[in-house]
Amino acid sequence: MAKRDRLSGNEAIAIALRQINPDVFPAFPITPSTEIPQYFASFVANGQVDTEFIPVESEHSSMSAAIGASAAGARSLTATSSCGLAYMWEELYIAASNRLPLALALVNRALSGPININCDHSDSMGARDAGWIQIYAENNQEAYDNMVQAYRISEHKDVRLPVMICQDGFITSHAVENMELLEDGEVKEFVGEYEPENYLLNPECPMAVGPYSITDYYMEAKRNQAEGMKHVEKVVLEVAEEFAGISGRKYGLFEAYRMEDAEYAVVMIGSAAGTTKDAVDQLREQGEKVGLLKIRLYRPFPAEAVAKALTGVKAVAVMDRAEGYTNHGGPLGADVMSALYRARSQALAVNYIYGLGGRDVRVEDMEGVFDVLKQIAADGDAGETYRYLGIRE
Amino acid sequence: MSYNFKETMSKPERLAPGHRMCAGCGGTIAVRNVLRGLHEGDKAVIGNATGCLEVSTFTYPYTAWEDSYIHNAFENAGATLSGVEGAYRVLKRKGKLDETYKFITFGGDGGTYDIGFQSLSGAMERNTDMVYVCYDNGAYMNTGIQRSSATPMYADTTTTPVGSASNGKPQNRKDLAAIIAAHDIPYVAQTTFIGNFKDLHVKSEKAIYTPGAAFLNIMAPCPRGWRYNTPDIMEICKLGVETCYWPLFEVVEGKWILNYEPKNKLPVEDFLKPQGRFKHLFKKGNEYLIEEFQREVDRRWEELKFRCSRG
Repeated sequence: MAKRDRLSGNEAIAIALRQINPDVFPAFPITPSTEIPQYFASFVANGQVDTEFIPVESEHSSMSAAIGASAAGARSLTATSSCGLAYMWEELYIAASNRLPLALALVNRALSGPININCDHSDSMGARDAGWIQIYAENNQEAYDNMVQAYRISEHKDVRLPVMICQDGFITSHAVENMELLEDGEVKEFVGEYEPENYLLNPECPMAVGPYSITDYYMEAKRNQAEGMKHVEKVVLEVAEEFAGISGRKYGLFEAYRMEDAEYAVVMIGSAAGTTKDAVDQLREQGEKVGLLKIRLYRPFPAEAVAKALTGVKAVAVMDRAEGYTNHGGPLGADVMSALYRARSQALAVNYIYGLGGRDVRVEDMEGVFDVLKQIAADGDAGETYRYLGIRE
Repeated sequence: MSYNFKETMSKPERLAPGHRMCAGCGGTIAVRNVLRGLHEGDKAVIGNATGCLEVSTFTYPYTAWEDSYIHNAFENAGATLSGVEGAYRVLKRKGKLDETYKFITFGGDGGTYDIGFQSLSGAMERNTDMVYVCYDNGAYMNTGIQRSSATPMYADTTTTPVGSASNGKPQNRKDLAAIIAAHDIPYVAQTTFIGNFKDLHVKSEKAIYTPGAAFLNIMAPCPRGWRYNTPDIMEICKLGVETCYWPLFEVVEGKWILNYEPKNKLPVEDFLKPQGRFKHLFKKGNEYLIEEFQREVDRRWEELKFRCSRG
């Protein structure tokens, strides 16, 4: 029986975590994710969870302790943003290489400098090659739903990789929205007990974690991680289907919004997709064949499915809320364009950098992007493919 | 906890032979003897900062560790074991684990005094039920003998080389045991390899079985970095103690206890002389450097005696 509530994205994640009742939660505060451990600490203080909450002295230590706990056989996680994620960067790779199924509630925020506390995706995009699964949310409901599904994906025996559940700083983390929560019992049953196979605190069999591995084995270790990644798409879809059974809410690798006969499409990640949906709706009312592809699973990147969803599209704008400093565009742009190339797509594609450091993106901005796509299709030439949206030149 | 030498020495080894540490390495001697502090039947999870010990004892696919073991990175051994210990507490609470586990982390002075200092300080301040053991060989030996904040003044290292304009490391070493004692944790001790190792064995057992955070600082000479005749390690350690360069002490619940006071305090040059890293101090005209070194040893020794006299 679902419960309706009005919650911020951070509260929603904290409630999901209370319902999951993880074993170990080390954390260090950083805006805008601070509220997650803060709410959670009150659940601990009030005896609502069994969790060992470890208030560490830095984000490097929060991820280090989460790794230690996970290796020891406990379900663990941490939460962070921006520089906190950058500070634990080294540890992200170690978590993944140890095939540890732990979770990170990430609230996306721009990286310094200049120091900025608002939303963009430069933090998680910087970690996109770390070997973590990355799942993004458009709104508070999705953030909550993704958190509930996180461990089922991460702990799956064919996957065993850490998962980053991302939402947009302030835009969803602090804005209060109407949403539906599952019952505590439903979440508990859905997530299930954690039963690790090999772990440090297994009295039957001691275990050594974190070896020195040189040229004779390192490459096989990396390939082994990639094998786990290969199973992620299938598992994400299976878990989503089961989740739909208890929640009525359907998730996939991405959301194709009004894409059926779309000739002009925007591909993007996160909260600005809501804005883009408004633009799509308005243009559809005017008879324009426009649509949106909102990426949910970004790592691994579902390239084939994305290219397939864009079949028949004349022009595509890929929106990046992070710079890549390639002089060609951002990371999502590179991924989508390479997917289109491999699928021998004839679509003309451009890549926009937008919304850095919390720069607002409005419905009319996105309408403008669709106008550009129409012009590109008419010209038969994408022109400059590396563009900025909403910048003072 | 009465000490029985024969019993302690007849415990099974928990660090198996066949690892790749150098012959005569002080680090390995420290580890094997700290682990003798564990009671038979008790299990342990060993943490380890990156360093010689880690790369030489757990080279995939071989491990020399009989107990569960985790190496995470260079600077986070304290935080990593915090997580392991947190997992233990919650698994116990949930009735998923019956066995008793102890948590022991080893780090060299690089991973402890320097890059891992923050993580160590955090784990100690949180009073994590673990023992952090620093095997202090006074430089970054794994990367090739670079200076650390544990390196004594005037030591010749590869980043403080002796030259026409340099007498080696210009600064004093950090007094880490005192800094950790200032965290007001239940147990801090400093020791090295002396006699039949009673001091090390007793302190290890105390550290392991004191509830809450404990810290052991063990002077563990490195024959490569210190450049002494490898078989002389016991003599070097003895001179460290007899010159009061490396005093043996404990801080129990904030109470400072001096464990050994030499009847005849030897001049520090007796400790410095057998070590190649101090060879330049014995050149004619450099007597004042040894005098300066001696003054610092004396100052610290007096300070320690004062702390211990207050109890």
